[in-house]
Amino acid sequence: MKTLRDVKIGESAIIKKIDGKGPIKRRLMDMGVTKGEKILVRKVAPLGDPIEVNIRGYELSFRKDEANTIIIEG
Amino acid sequence: MSTVAIRNTKTKEYSFALVGNPNSGKTTLFNALTGSTQYVGNWPGVTVEKKEGKVKKTTDEINIVDLPGIYSLSPYTLEEVIARDYVVEDKPDAIINIVDATNIERNLYLTTQLIETGIPVIIALNMMDIIEKNGDKINVELLSKNIGVPVIPISANKGKGIKNVIAEAIRSVNEELQNTTEHKIFNKEVEKYIDEIKIKTKHIISDNVYNSRWLAIKLLEDDEKVIERININPELREDINQFIIKIEKQFDNDVESIIADQRYKYIEKIVKRNINKKNKSKLTTSDKIDKIVTNRILSVPIFLAVMWFVYYVSIQTLGDYTIGWVESGIGFLSGKVGLVLTSIGAADWLYALVIDGIFGGLGAVFIYVPQIMILFFFISILEDSGYMARIAFVMDKFFRKFGLTGKSFIPMLVGTGCSVPGIMATRTLENDKDRKLTIMLTPFISCGAKLPIYVMFASAFFPDRSGMVVFTVYVLGIIVAILSGILLKNTVFKGETAPFVMELPPYRIPTVKGLLIHMWDRGKAFIKKAGTIIFAAIVVIWFLQSFGPSFTLVEDTANSFLAYIGKFISPIFKPLGFGDWVSSVAIVTGLVAKEVVVATIGVLRGLGEVTEESPELISSIQVMFTPLKACSFMAFNLLACPCFAAVGAMKREFNSWKWTLFAVAYQTGIAYIVALLIYQIGKLIVG
Repeated sequence: MKTLRDVKIGESAIIKKIDGKGPIKRRLMDMGVTKGEKILVRKVAPLGDPIEVNIRGYELSFRKDEANTIIIEG
Repeated sequence: MSTVAIRNTKTKEYSFALVGNPNSGKTTLFNALTGSTQYVGNWPGVTVEKKEGKVKKTTDEINIVDLPGIYSLSPYTLEEVIARDYVVEDKPDAIINIVDATNIERNLYLTTQLIETGIPVIIALNMMDIIEKNGDKINVELLSKNIGVPVIPISANKGKGIKNVIAEAIRSVNEELQNTTEHKIFNKEVEKYIDEIKIKTKHIISDNVYNSRWLAIKLLEDDEKVIERININPELREDINQFIIKIEKQFDNDVESIIADQRYKYIEKIVKRNINKKNKSKLTTSDKIDKIVTNRILSVPIFLAVMWFVYYVSIQTLGDYTIGWVESGIGFLSGKVGLVLTSIGAADWLYALVIDGIFGGLGAVFIYVPQIMILFFFISILEDSGYMARIAFVMDKFFRKFGLTGKSFIPMLVGTGCSVPGIMATRTLENDKDRKLTIMLTPFISCGAKLPIYVMFASAFFPDRSGMVVFTVYVLGIIVAILSGILLKNTVFKGETAPFVMELPPYRIPTVKGLLIHMWDRGKAFIKKAGTIIFAAIVVIWFLQSFGPSFTLVEDTANSFLAYIGKFISPIFKPLGFGDWVSSVAIVTGLVAKEVVVATIGVLRGLGEVTEESPELISSIQVMFTPLKACSFMAFNLLACPCFAAVGAMKREFNSWKWTLFAVAYQTGIAYIVALLIYQIGKLIVG
């Protein structure tokens, strides 16, 4: 199962599902990270974490731990 | 509480809530609507800011409550619960929902939830000027028709369309137009269950507390906060659980996610119909700037350069000049008042109280006001422009190493000016542990008031390298903060780190008005502390130092109350190298306000009014201390428990005496140990 962590910088993926349950998942979904949506990995912070993505037309950042819960198609 | 519309022919009363995403221009809109009438307080029982104000330039009484910036009405974060409770229980007459048109899908997600509450919603579609500039097109009428509520295009920055929003809100309230809660947005199956729950809960909401559709959706989402509040019998609970199981099976996800998903699907459909974007994947200006600013190699140097610039202007150059100006101003005023007192033949003690006590004391603190304001002005630029989010993004990993998050940076940065607003700034941290730890560590990052202490000792003992010495002190504070963070994170604050999910808003040029309001918000905390606590305490200190046990004015302060207190506690400080009563007293007065430490030493040494630059004071220090003792004294002052005002701020943010005392004990304990180590180990080395 591929997650967002497997996506390279500059590449996009389609979201399949978000693992888990609870506040963090809800937070990601509230921010627009939902099934079927395209997500682009913009860059990684200079010290290695967090990452920046582009989704629904805006820039969002979260940690690699959270990225690992985002399962992608393909 | 919802207001009763006063039926007189002249004015009506309205109560509106302003709701929207962070970075949507909500603050700009609120400022434009309310201007100087705004009043900032706290939501009861919590340390989240509550902003209210009256709309200017209208004949009606329109009260606006600015709810915290939120992305959703989930039951999980404090801000969301506050907003939700206010809307659902306090029932404003209408909700003005500010929506960032350049980020419309995510913004409308909140809108759908607001509409469900049953309160009339008016969308203020903001950033229309940017939409126009980009060449995008939004069909506002069609959007309004599809989503079911009025949509008013505005540009809060430019002040356009704002009157229309208020007019539309008033119209909605008066004509009781909205019945959009019956707007079905979810899948057929989900809507079916919502209807069934509505029927079953009819008896609960007959007192008209909750909108029936809203309640049904919350129950279907298994919203714990709502379930806590209402009484549902076990059969109904079981029925709802069955619905949930069926939905979760059908859509292969947990019900909360299904609902969120379907909201977005509904929004996507609408947006596709109504919005025409010109250049879909072009790099925006913000992206281009970020290519440099959050660049792998350049970001940290750029960040350091920005910090250096802010400090160079606010502390070294411009800020420093303002200190001189205020000093002269106060000196002038004090002189004039002194003449008046002498001419009316005022008693010695009265003269001393007013001139030395009040003017002297207040002067000691107020000279820093402009400097701190300048610092806060720069910090406001960093925040309002969007750069602060980049700092949190770049520095997050570093901060995590010692138990904090990138977002802890702002409170600490503000704390370098004054700990009081710094500690207050921890409110933006969502996670309780993060917040508490940041509150405890912020005072270690030296505040502006302690600077004169370092300057004085550095000039006295290390005149060639004074800048370096002061810098070293700050670095020591940072190191202690880092080590403390690691220690506390593994003991008292053990547990999972909070998730870091943060929007990086587009860079914006801040408005001057916004910056000034922002700067004043922070600065006034400092001024308030100066004008109240410090003022009162300075009068007390003045009394203690002017009068001796026989309750008469003493000539030599060595015979005053204060001296007795100092001599009593000085043994504690002997192992640290400064066990004389003057130093002890200075430390005690430093509890009141760090700004006073230098002045206290001056007064107790019989030098009258001096500053950290006065040659007499410097010679005096050179006699009292040695370079080693100076280091130990500076370290103690750097790390020990902050002034009363800061302790008060800590108590407010912790909302508990237990934590406050723990923090004070920890900070002072560390200060003692570090100073002890410096002095004792130093003695062994230097001899």
